Amino acid sequence: MAQGKRCRLSDMKPGDRFRIEKVDVPDPMLKRRLLDLGFVPGGEVKVGQRSPLGDPTAYRVCGTTIALRKEESDYIYGEKISHD
Amino acid sequence: MTDMTYTIALMGNPNTGKSTLFNVLTGLRQHTGNWPGKTVTHAEGECRHRGTLYRIVDLPGTYSLYSNSADEEVARDFLLFQRPDVTVVVVDATALERNLNLALQVLEMTDRVIIAINLMDEAKKRGILINTKKLATRLGVPVVPISARNREGIDALLDTVDAMAHGRINTNPLSIRYSPEIERGIAKLLPLVKEVMGDTYPARWIALRLLDGDTSLLQALKQPPQPLIKEGNAYACCGSIKSI
Ligand SMILES: Nc1nc2c(ncn2[C@@H]2O[C@H](COP(=O)(O)OP(=O)(O)O)[C@@H](O)[C@H]2O)c(=O)[nH]1
Ligand SMILES: [Mg+2]
Repeated sequence: MAQGKRCRLSDMKPGDRFRIEKVDVPDPMLKRRLLDLGFVPGGEVKVGQRSPLGDPTAYRVCGTTIALRKEESDYIYGEKISHD
Repeated sequence: MTDMTYTIALMGNPNTGKSTLFNVLTGLRQHTGNWPGKTVTHAEGECRHRGTLYRIVDLPGTYSLYSNSADEEVARDFLLFQRPDVTVVVVDATALERNLNLALQVLEMTDRVIIAINLMDEAKKRGILINTKKLATRLGVPVVPISARNREGIDALLDTVDAMAHGRINTNPLSIRYSPEIERGIAKLLPLVKEVMGDTYPARWIALRLLDGDTSLLQALKQPPQPLIKEGNAYACCGSIKSI
């Protein structure tokens, strides 16, 4: 594909919009939780504010804001679609 | 007239207006406390509609039944072991996609489900139109639009609850088909699950959970949680009475 290269959700900056391609988590319970929270392949995420200590970060997904830690967002792969 | 009391469970994602609906339904006839052995709030109350008494249980808000948080275990165990006569899944009209995840999980566990689409007022404001009829056809269970905060649609919801509790509604809940590999696993496990568990539990759902390696469920099945004392002086177990 000629689009942006694959990256991790944890690499995104506040304001970025991101499309999820894969949720690739070694721990099946964590994978389940991420999917249930709305981080599903094909889904779009808007990156919100990072907490003052740098972690966790707020993400807007499926109409709700969900905070994830870096060790969670590390496993969510996809591409950046834009920044607003 | 019978003295039969039906149990109605309210489920849904956090912030979908379950407690608002619960308050509208029960008024001040409610009690709160903790679930036995858990630090999860338990709220239940009574509601009378067209001569029938309903026991309404406001379950903790969850996005799922499978991440095994205390909230999710309470909700799952209630469906599994208390088997409410009707489960009302309260969904947010402005975030249907997210909310239907839990609704579909519930439909795999029980066919006595009503979907209450709440916050219809907010959806209208945002120009979101929902084809409730089509949704009901696709999900195979009744769908009732409401606005709990404005007390809209409550009578229609209670009429539907009434019809389902009294067995006047036949549902045909959407059953998700999984990959051939998973379906083969289910087919293999199904007779075994039925043999061991009888008809008391939703066999296909149990088979799926086994394939998923859900150890929390196995634990719960080995040691079903203490049922809440229901008879006589109801709610005796529920701790403090909510102050007025
Ligand atoms: N606009 C609107 N807001 C509602 C409605 N029902 C509940 N709310 C609001 O949604 C928020 C969450 O409600 P709550 O009952 O605590 O949700 P719960 O977490 O599911 O128990 C509160 O601010 C309610 O006032 C409704 O029908 N319309
Ligand atoms: Mg609540």
